[in-house]
Amino acid sequence: MNNRLFRKIKNHLFFGLILLSAALVLIPLFLVLKFVFVQGWSSLSLSFFTEIPKPVGEVGGGMKHAILGTIYIVLLGALIAVPLGVTCGIYLSEFGKSKLSKTLKLTVDLMSGIPSIVIGIFAYLMVVVPLKSFSALAGGVALSIIMLPIIIKTSEEILKLVPTHIREAGLALGLPRWKVILFIILKGSVSNLLTGIILAISRAAGETAPLLFTAFGNMYLSYEINKPMATLPVQIYTYAISPFKDWQRQAWAGAFVLMVLILTLNLFARYVLTKIKDKKGI
Amino acid sequence: MSEIKEKIILEAKNVEAWFGDFQAVKGISVAYGEKTINAIIGPSGCGKSTYLRTLNRIHEETEGAYVRGEVLLEGQNIYDKRIDVVDVRKRIGMVFQKPNPFPSLSILDNVVVGLRLQGINKRSTLMEVAESCLKKAALWEEVKDKLNSLGTSLSGGQQQRLCIARALAINPPVLLMDEPTSALDPIATAKIEELMNEIKRDYTVIIVTHNMQQAARISDYTSFFVYGKMIEHGLSSDIFTNPKEKQTEDYISGRFG
Repeated sequence: MNNRLFRKIKNHLFFGLILLSAALVLIPLFLVLKFVFVQGWSSLSLSFFTEIPKPVGEVGGGMKHAILGTIYIVLLGALIAVPLGVTCGIYLSEFGKSKLSKTLKLTVDLMSGIPSIVIGIFAYLMVVVPLKSFSALAGGVALSIIMLPIIIKTSEEILKLVPTHIREAGLALGLPRWKVILFIILKGSVSNLLTGIILAISRAAGETAPLLFTAFGNMYLSYEINKPMATLPVQIYTYAISPFKDWQRQAWAGAFVLMVLILTLNLFARYVLTKIKDKKGI
Repeated sequence: MSEIKEKIILEAKNVEAWFGDFQAVKGISVAYGEKTINAIIGPSGCGKSTYLRTLNRIHEETEGAYVRGEVLLEGQNIYDKRIDVVDVRKRIGMVFQKPNPFPSLSILDNVVVGLRLQGINKRSTLMEVAESCLKKAALWEEVKDKLNSLGTSLSGGQQQRLCIARALAINPPVLLMDEPTSALDPIATAKIEELMNEIKRDYTVIIVTHNMQQAARISDYTSFFVYGKMIEHGLSSDIFTNPKEKQTEDYISGRFG
């Protein structure tokens, strides 16, 4: 009898501990969301989306330049990382037994562990120094390095999900391997690949460190690839550490917009993924 | 080995198949006559499927796998270095054990994808081929109103017939079938056996099967395999009524395997 009571207590105790750790994870997440939403929402106005910053002291102004800059640089990064990453993913999944592919796999794993500030320094040395200017291009290169390991890993995993007998069926039709890969394996995985790409993009969109001394930032609208360009994370950083109340409020609004942007991308990717899984469940 | 009345279209000469150090198929020599159905029977793991996969050079796609010996298609060794493996597979089609329509392709596209990727894009030609192949595969009536639905939306038996139509679409003189009905229910199996009698008019079929009744029903010739070796080959009517080898007799009468 005593034994049973003891067991019950133990059971409750462990269950309680598990609940507690779940709560400990959830609470900070919700607090972050709450702060950003409350502060951000109240600081948000239409002019935030339509105007560029006004000189210090003047009321109003917005982050149109940084919103567009973030989209510009993220797309630039994706333009570099997507073709390269998907190709590497194909290589690893379809020809994954060679020495080169083992090296590549290790490199990709190491790459995803590089601190983002180091990636920023790398892009600074590779692009900013030779071109003698901070630039959107340098920012794009830095973000593409953030995206690459994610895209490579997800592409590889997704293509490996395609069963061997599908490949064999393609080969047995007398199709060369490259056609089987391109028109049967890849075509059948497009929406899956897209999910991985969106996740990589949403990860890169929130990065600040790699952009600090590559894209650098500015206070006006620019579409020039070889000139500094503002981005939401860097703009938030600049405004948040400034002493001006008005700028700090704008930083909250910027954080809010950035978070909604990334959240939407993530939810979209998840939605696409579940749709695919539903379709496959035949 | 029994003699063959028909013109020989495919001939295996001392074929060996290896997975690294393991020899799965040991010195098989058989000739297959044109427009015949040839069954390969034998206990599980006896190398039937592996042997079949050497006949269209799919075996070598497996990591570490290789083949020794010769396979002559209309007198030409398909393992000759000058021969393009892609051409071999265009002339020797294959249907797999598990129905494997291409995911995210429609029924129509599944049938014509082979032709389309060979550069044939004329819609009327593709439609013609699709209709005739789906008819040969006895699937046309069931799918003619939903050619644009996904191939994977069909039932297992229908999917397998779709795969047969897909293999027929590139018009290979020889069709290999690796236990095509083992994943299907009896009704679907009956349909596929029926259609095999039809396609026999135009194609040579080599079929691996676990089902001895099936082999007896549909095939002209039967080979019996044990442990990578061919024990006996001959007219199915002889093999199933009057086998020469004791092992064959034991197997078909259910005493072993």
